[in-house]
Amino acid sequence: MTLAAAVPHGFLSPTGVEIAFLLVGLVTFGAALVTVTTRQLVHAALWLVVTLGGLAVEYLLLTAEFIAWVQVLIYVGSVVVLLLFGLMLTRAPIGRSPDADSGNRWAALTVAVAAAAALVWVVVDAFRATWIDLDGEPAGTTRVTGESLFQNWVLPFEALSVLLLAALVGAIVLSRKAKADATAAASPRTPGPRPDGGGSPDRARGAAGADQEGAR
Amino acid sequence: MHLVYPAVLSALLFCTGLYGVLARRNAILVLMSVELMLNAVNLNLVAFDVWLSRTAEETLHSGQALTLFTIAIAAAEIGIGLAIVLAVHRNRGTSDIDKLRDTAEGPDKDGPDSGALAARKADDQAGEKAEATA
Repeated sequence: MTLAAAVPHGFLSPTGVEIAFLLVGLVTFGAALVTVTTRQLVHAALWLVVTLGGLAVEYLLLTAEFIAWVQVLIYVGSVVVLLLFGLMLTRAPIGRSPDADSGNRWAALTVAVAAAAALVWVVVDAFRATWIDLDGEPAGTTRVTGESLFQNWVLPFEALSVLLLAALVGAIVLSRKAKADATAAASPRTPGPRPDGGGSPDRARGAAGADQEGAR
Repeated sequence: MHLVYPAVLSALLFCTGLYGVLARRNAILVLMSVELMLNAVNLNLVAFDVWLSRTAEETLHSGQALTLFTIAIAAAEIGIGLAIVLAVHRNRGTSDIDKLRDTAEGPDKDGPDSGALAARKADDQAGEKAEATA
Protein backbone atom coordinates (compact mmCIF):
# COMPACT_ATOMS: atom_id res chain seq x y z
CA MET A 1 0.00 0.00 0.00
CA THR A 2 2.71 2.45 0.98
CA LEU A 3 4.72 1.38 -2.02
CA ALA A 4 1.82 2.09 -4.31
CA ALA A 5 1.37 5.47 -2.73
CA ALA A 6 5.05 6.34 -3.01
CA VAL A 7 5.61 5.23 -6.61
CA PRO A 8 2.52 5.57 -8.77
CA HIS A 9 2.29 2.82 -11.37
CA GLY A 10 0.04 3.55 -14.28
CA PHE A 11 -1.87 1.06 -16.37
CA LEU A 12 -0.80 2.80 -19.57
CA SER A 13 2.89 2.05 -19.14
CA PRO A 14 2.98 -1.68 -18.42
CA THR A 15 6.19 -3.41 -17.54
CA GLY A 16 7.51 -6.37 -19.48
CA VAL A 17 6.28 -8.83 -16.87
CA GLU A 18 2.82 -7.36 -17.11
CA ILE A 19 2.75 -7.67 -20.88
CA ALA A 20 3.89 -11.29 -20.67
CA PHE A 21 1.30 -11.98 -17.96
CA LEU A 22 -1.42 -10.41 -20.09
CA LEU A 23 -0.54 -12.40 -23.21
CA VAL A 24 -0.26 -15.71 -21.39
CA GLY A 25 -3.45 -14.85 -19.52
CA LEU A 26 -5.30 -14.29 -22.80
CA VAL A 27 -4.11 -17.67 -24.08
CA THR A 28 -5.12 -19.32 -20.80
CA PHE A 29 -8.57 -17.75 -20.77
CA GLY A 30 -9.16 -18.61 -24.44
CA ALA A 31 -8.15 -22.20 -23.87
CA ALA A 32 -10.47 -22.36 -20.85
CA LEU A 33 -13.33 -21.04 -22.97
CA VAL A 34 -12.65 -23.67 -25.65
CA THR A 35 -12.49 -26.32 -22.91
CA VAL A 36 -16.00 -25.60 -21.72
CA THR A 37 -17.55 -25.02 -25.13
CA THR A 38 -16.03 -27.56 -27.52
CA ARG A 39 -18.17 -30.46 -28.61
CA GLN A 40 -15.32 -32.93 -28.98
CA LEU A 41 -14.72 -34.48 -25.61
CA VAL A 42 -11.08 -35.44 -26.11
CA HIS A 43 -10.29 -31.97 -27.41
CA ALA A 44 -11.71 -30.53 -24.20
CA ALA A 45 -9.14 -32.51 -22.22
CA LEU A 46 -6.34 -31.38 -24.52
CA TRP A 47 -7.34 -27.73 -24.26
CA LEU A 48 -7.39 -28.21 -20.51
CA VAL A 49 -3.68 -29.03 -20.82
CA VAL A 50 -3.13 -25.64 -22.47
CA THR A 51 -5.06 -23.90 -19.70
CA LEU A 52 -3.16 -25.61 -16.90
CA GLY A 53 0.19 -25.06 -18.61
CA GLY A 54 -0.62 -21.39 -19.05
CA LEU A 55 -1.43 -21.16 -15.36
CA ALA A 56 1.96 -22.73 -14.59
CA VAL A 57 3.61 -19.98 -16.64
CA GLU A 58 1.60 -17.40 -14.69
CA TYR A 59 2.91 -18.88 -11.45
CA LEU A 60 6.44 -18.57 -12.80
CA LEU A 61 5.80 -14.92 -13.69
CA LEU A 62 4.57 -14.38 -10.13
CA THR A 63 7.90 -15.89 -8.93
CA ALA A 64 6.20 -18.89 -7.32
CA GLU A 65 8.50 -21.49 -8.82
CA PHE A 66 7.70 -24.47 -6.66
CA ILE A 67 3.96 -24.11 -7.19
CA ALA A 68 4.54 -23.85 -10.92
CA TRP A 69 6.45 -27.12 -11.12
CA VAL A 70 3.98 -28.86 -8.83
CA GLN A 71 1.24 -27.62 -11.15
CA VAL A 72 3.03 -29.07 -14.16
CA LEU A 73 3.70 -32.38 -12.42
CA ILE A 74 0.31 -32.98 -10.85
CA TYR A 75 -2.17 -31.28 -13.13
CA VAL A 76 -0.64 -31.57 -16.58
CA GLY A 77 1.06 -34.84 -15.74
CA SER A 78 -1.51 -36.84 -13.86
CA VAL A 79 -4.91 -35.20 -13.62
CA VAL A 80 -5.29 -34.76 -17.37
CA VAL A 81 -4.11 -38.33 -17.95
CA LEU A 82 -6.72 -39.51 -15.44
CA LEU A 83 -9.38 -37.50 -17.23
CA LEU A 84 -8.38 -38.95 -20.60
CA PHE A 85 -8.51 -42.45 -19.11
CA GLY A 86 -11.96 -41.66 -17.76
CA LEU A 87 -13.13 -40.43 -21.15
CA MET A 88 -11.89 -43.58 -22.82
CA LEU A 89 -13.25 -45.94 -20.18
CA THR A 90 -16.71 -44.38 -20.45
CA ARG A 91 -16.50 -44.84 -24.22
CA ALA A 92 -16.73 -41.19 -25.10
CA PRO A 93 -17.27 -40.62 -28.80
CA ILE A 94 -14.16 -39.50 -30.65
CA GLY A 95 -15.81 -37.11 -33.08
CA ARG A 96 -18.28 -34.32 -32.41
CA SER A 97 -20.98 -35.27 -29.97
CA PRO A 98 -24.09 -33.12 -30.40
CA ASP A 99 -25.32 -33.58 -26.83
CA ALA A 100 -22.24 -32.33 -25.00
CA ASP A 101 -24.15 -29.32 -23.69
CA SER A 102 -27.33 -29.69 -21.71
CA GLY A 103 -30.51 -27.77 -22.33
CA ASN A 104 -29.95 -25.15 -19.68
CA ARG A 105 -26.87 -23.64 -21.27
CA TRP A 106 -28.45 -20.24 -21.72
CA ALA A 107 -29.31 -20.05 -18.04
CA ALA A 108 -25.75 -21.17 -17.29
CA LEU A 109 -24.40 -18.49 -19.62
CA THR A 110 -26.48 -15.84 -17.88
CA VAL A 111 -25.31 -16.93 -14.44
CA ALA A 112 -21.67 -17.09 -15.51
CA VAL A 113 -21.66 -13.69 -17.24
CA ALA A 114 -23.41 -12.06 -14.29
CA ALA A 115 -20.94 -13.62 -11.85
CA ALA A 116 -18.00 -12.57 -14.02
CA ALA A 117 -19.25 -9.00 -14.29
CA ALA A 118 -19.82 -8.71 -10.54
CA LEU A 119 -16.50 -10.31 -9.60
CA VAL A 120 -14.43 -8.32 -12.08
CA TRP A 121 -16.10 -5.08 -11.05
CA VAL A 122 -15.51 -5.70 -7.36
CA VAL A 123 -11.92 -6.89 -7.82
CA VAL A 124 -10.94 -3.99 -10.08
CA ASP A 125 -12.57 -1.51 -7.76
CA ALA A 126 -10.80 -2.96 -4.73
CA PHE A 127 -7.28 -3.53 -6.04
CA ARG A 128 -6.92 -0.84 -8.69
CA ALA A 129 -3.90 0.78 -7.06
CA THR A 130 -2.27 -2.27 -5.51
CA TRP A 131 1.19 -3.09 -6.73
CA ILE A 132 3.06 -6.38 -6.35
CA ASP A 133 6.77 -5.83 -6.01
CA LEU A 134 8.32 -8.67 -7.97
CA ASP A 135 11.92 -7.51 -7.74
CA GLY A 136 14.49 -9.06 -5.45
CA GLU A 137 14.41 -12.56 -4.07
CA PRO A 138 11.63 -14.77 -5.48
CA ALA A 139 8.70 -15.25 -3.16
CA GLY A 140 8.13 -18.92 -3.83
CA THR A 141 11.40 -20.76 -4.21
CA THR A 142 11.56 -24.34 -3.08
CA ARG A 143 13.58 -23.32 -0.03
CA VAL A 144 11.04 -20.73 1.14
CA THR A 145 8.05 -22.95 0.45
CA GLY A 146 9.64 -25.95 2.13
CA GLU A 147 10.61 -24.00 5.21
CA SER A 148 7.16 -22.53 5.67
CA LEU A 149 5.52 -25.87 4.92
CA PHE A 150 7.58 -27.90 7.38
CA GLN A 151 7.87 -25.27 10.09
CA ASN A 152 4.42 -23.74 10.26
CA TRP A 153 2.17 -26.13 8.36
CA VAL A 154 3.33 -29.56 9.50
CA LEU A 155 0.07 -30.63 11.12
CA PRO A 156 -2.16 -29.78 8.13
CA PHE A 157 0.42 -31.45 5.91
CA GLU A 158 0.19 -34.70 7.86
CA ALA A 159 -3.59 -34.49 8.01
CA LEU A 160 -3.54 -34.12 4.24
CA SER A 161 -1.59 -37.35 3.91
CA VAL A 162 -4.33 -39.09 5.90
CA LEU A 163 -6.90 -37.58 3.55
CA LEU A 164 -4.97 -38.87 0.53
CA LEU A 165 -4.90 -42.33 2.09
CA ALA A 166 -8.64 -42.15 2.66
CA ALA A 167 -9.17 -41.11 -0.95
CA LEU A 168 -7.02 -44.02 -2.12
CA VAL A 169 -8.98 -46.53 -0.06
CA GLY A 170 -12.23 -44.94 -1.18
CA ALA A 171 -11.35 -45.24 -4.85
CA ILE A 172 -10.38 -48.90 -4.39
CA VAL A 173 -13.62 -49.64 -2.54
CA LEU A 174 -15.71 -47.87 -5.17
CA SER A 175 -14.24 -49.83 -8.06
CA ARG A 176 -14.15 -53.13 -6.20
CA LYS A 177 -17.77 -52.98 -5.13
CA ALA A 178 -19.02 -52.67 -8.68
CA LYS A 179 -16.93 -55.66 -9.69
CA ALA A 180 -18.43 -57.77 -6.90
CA ASP A 181 -21.90 -56.74 -8.11
CA ALA A 182 -21.10 -57.81 -11.64
CA THR A 183 -19.77 -61.16 -10.46
CA ALA A 184 -22.83 -61.77 -8.30
CA ALA A 185 -25.15 -60.93 -11.16
CA ALA A 186 -23.22 -62.98 -13.69
CA SER A 187 -22.44 -66.15 -11.81
CA PRO A 188 -25.92 -67.84 -11.80
CA ARG A 189 -26.23 -67.68 -15.55
CA THR A 190 -22.68 -68.43 -16.57
CA PRO A 191 -22.74 -71.27 -19.10
CA GLY A 192 -20.50 -74.16 -18.30
CA PRO A 193 -17.65 -74.77 -20.68
CA ARG A 194 -15.73 -75.32 -17.49
CA PRO A 195 -16.32 -78.39 -15.29
CA ASP A 196 -19.13 -78.36 -12.77
CA GLY A 197 -16.99 -77.49 -9.84
CA GLY A 198 -15.57 -74.49 -11.67
CA GLY A 199 -18.64 -72.37 -11.16
CA SER A 200 -18.85 -72.75 -7.44
CA PRO A 201 -15.90 -70.62 -6.31
CA ASP A 202 -17.17 -67.87 -8.56
CA ARG A 203 -20.59 -68.09 -6.99
CA ALA A 204 -19.07 -68.29 -3.55
CA ARG A 205 -17.08 -65.18 -4.27
CA GLY A 206 -20.20 -63.39 -5.43
CA ALA A 207 -22.03 -64.43 -2.28
CA ALA A 208 -19.09 -63.28 -0.20
CA GLY A 209 -19.19 -59.94 -1.97
CA ALA A 210 -22.89 -59.63 -1.25
CA ASP A 211 -22.25 -60.46 2.39
CA GLN A 212 -19.57 -57.85 2.57
CA GLU A 213 -21.93 -55.29 1.17
CA GLY A 214 -24.57 -56.30 3.61
CA ALA A 215 -22.10 -55.89 6.43
CA ARG A 216 -21.33 -52.45 5.12
CA MET B 1 2.93 -5.99 -11.45
CA HIS B 2 -0.52 -4.75 -10.69
CA LEU B 3 -2.50 -7.11 -8.49
CA VAL B 4 -5.49 -6.53 -10.74
CA TYR B 5 -4.14 -8.70 -13.56
CA PRO B 6 -4.01 -12.05 -11.70
CA ALA B 7 -7.15 -11.23 -9.74
CA VAL B 8 -9.18 -10.49 -12.88
CA LEU B 9 -7.77 -13.54 -14.67
CA SER B 10 -8.71 -15.76 -11.77
CA ALA B 11 -12.23 -14.29 -11.64
CA LEU B 12 -12.68 -14.93 -15.35
CA LEU B 13 -11.37 -18.48 -15.09
CA PHE B 14 -13.66 -19.17 -12.15
CA CYS B 15 -16.70 -17.99 -14.10
CA THR B 16 -15.64 -20.09 -17.09
CA GLY B 17 -15.56 -23.11 -14.83
CA LEU B 18 -18.93 -22.11 -13.40
CA TYR B 19 -20.42 -22.04 -16.89
CA GLY B 20 -18.91 -25.45 -17.62
CA VAL B 21 -20.30 -27.00 -14.46
CA LEU B 22 -23.77 -25.67 -15.18
CA ALA B 23 -23.90 -26.25 -18.93
CA ARG B 24 -22.06 -29.50 -19.55
CA ARG B 25 -23.85 -32.80 -19.70
CA ASN B 26 -21.04 -35.35 -19.58
CA ALA B 27 -19.88 -36.00 -16.02
CA ILE B 28 -16.19 -35.96 -16.95
CA LEU B 29 -16.54 -32.56 -18.60
CA VAL B 30 -18.14 -31.33 -15.39
CA LEU B 31 -15.10 -32.62 -13.50
CA MET B 32 -12.84 -30.70 -15.90
CA SER B 33 -14.79 -27.52 -15.19
CA VAL B 34 -14.41 -28.12 -11.45
CA GLU B 35 -10.67 -28.34 -12.04
CA LEU B 36 -10.81 -24.97 -13.79
CA MET B 37 -12.54 -23.40 -10.79
CA LEU B 38 -9.98 -24.88 -8.39
CA ASN B 39 -7.15 -23.53 -10.52
CA ALA B 40 -8.67 -20.07 -10.49
CA VAL B 41 -8.68 -20.19 -6.69
CA ASN B 42 -5.05 -21.33 -6.74
CA LEU B 43 -4.00 -18.40 -8.90
CA ASN B 44 -5.74 -16.02 -6.52
CA LEU B 45 -4.00 -17.58 -3.53
CA VAL B 46 -0.56 -17.38 -5.10
CA ALA B 47 -0.98 -13.79 -6.27
CA PHE B 48 -2.16 -12.57 -2.88
CA ASP B 49 0.57 -14.54 -1.14
CA VAL B 50 3.26 -12.91 -3.28
CA TRP B 51 1.73 -9.50 -2.61
CA LEU B 52 1.41 -10.00 1.14
CA SER B 53 4.85 -11.52 1.56
CA ARG B 54 6.28 -8.23 0.24
CA THR B 55 4.05 -5.54 1.62
CA ALA B 56 3.00 -7.00 4.95
CA GLU B 57 6.22 -9.03 5.34
CA GLU B 58 4.15 -12.06 6.09
CA THR B 59 6.49 -15.03 6.44
CA LEU B 60 4.01 -17.84 6.97
CA HIS B 61 3.45 -18.14 3.20
CA SER B 62 -0.06 -19.29 3.95
CA GLY B 63 -1.20 -18.70 0.39
CA GLN B 64 1.34 -21.04 -1.13
CA ALA B 65 0.81 -23.67 1.56
CA LEU B 66 -2.94 -23.51 0.95
CA THR B 67 -2.30 -23.77 -2.79
CA LEU B 68 -0.35 -26.98 -2.28
CA PHE B 69 -3.15 -28.33 -0.09
CA THR B 70 -5.72 -27.39 -2.71
CA ILE B 71 -3.74 -29.16 -5.41
CA ALA B 72 -3.53 -32.33 -3.29
CA ILE B 73 -7.23 -32.20 -2.45
CA ALA B 74 -8.06 -31.65 -6.13
CA ALA B 75 -6.03 -34.71 -7.05
CA ALA B 76 -7.92 -36.78 -4.46
CA GLU B 77 -11.22 -35.32 -5.68
CA ILE B 78 -10.53 -36.17 -9.30
CA GLY B 79 -9.64 -39.75 -8.35
CA ILE B 80 -12.79 -40.30 -6.31
CA GLY B 81 -14.93 -38.48 -8.87
CA LEU B 82 -13.67 -40.60 -11.73
CA ALA B 83 -14.21 -43.78 -9.68
CA ILE B 84 -17.82 -42.72 -9.07
CA VAL B 85 -18.35 -41.82 -12.73
CA LEU B 86 -16.93 -45.16 -13.85
CA ALA B 87 -19.13 -47.04 -11.36
CA VAL B 88 -22.20 -45.17 -12.60
CA HIS B 89 -21.20 -45.86 -16.19
CA ARG B 90 -20.76 -49.55 -15.42
CA ASN B 91 -24.16 -49.79 -13.77
CA ARG B 92 -26.20 -47.52 -16.02
CA GLY B 93 -24.32 -47.55 -19.30
CA THR B 94 -24.16 -43.76 -19.37
CA SER B 95 -22.16 -40.95 -17.85
CA ASP B 96 -24.79 -38.41 -18.78
CA ILE B 97 -25.80 -36.30 -15.81
CA ASP B 98 -29.16 -35.33 -17.28
CA LYS B 99 -30.24 -38.97 -17.41
CA LEU B 100 -29.56 -39.71 -13.74
CA ARG B 101 -32.94 -38.62 -12.48
CA ASP B 102 -33.99 -41.47 -10.24
CA THR B 103 -34.56 -39.30 -7.21
CA ALA B 104 -36.21 -36.45 -9.10
CA GLU B 105 -39.67 -35.40 -7.96
CA GLY B 106 -41.51 -34.87 -11.17
CA PRO B 107 -45.12 -34.78 -12.31
CA ASP B 108 -44.88 -38.38 -13.57
CA LYS B 109 -46.09 -40.97 -11.09
CA ASP B 110 -44.12 -43.93 -12.40
CA GLY B 111 -41.01 -43.18 -10.44
CA PRO B 112 -40.60 -46.53 -8.64
CA ASP B 113 -41.50 -48.51 -11.76
CA SER B 114 -38.97 -46.77 -13.92
CA GLY B 115 -36.41 -47.16 -11.17
CA ALA B 116 -37.00 -50.90 -11.03
CA LEU B 117 -36.83 -51.03 -14.82
CA ALA B 118 -33.52 -49.20 -14.81
CA ALA B 119 -32.19 -51.54 -12.14
CA ARG B 120 -33.25 -54.59 -14.14
CA LYS B 121 -31.69 -53.15 -17.27
CA ALA B 122 -28.50 -52.45 -15.35
CA ASP B 123 -28.47 -56.04 -14.12
CA ASP B 124 -28.90 -57.31 -17.65
CA GLN B 125 -26.10 -55.11 -18.92
CA ALA B 126 -23.79 -56.16 -16.12
CA GLY B 127 -24.57 -59.79 -16.84
CA GLU B 128 -23.87 -59.38 -20.51
CA LYS B 129 -20.63 -57.58 -19.83
CA ALA B 130 -19.49 -60.25 -17.40
CA GLU B 131 -20.35 -62.94 -19.91
CA ALA B 132 -18.43 -61.13 -22.58
CA THR B 133 -15.38 -60.91 -20.39
CA ALA B 134 -15.69 -64.52 -19.20
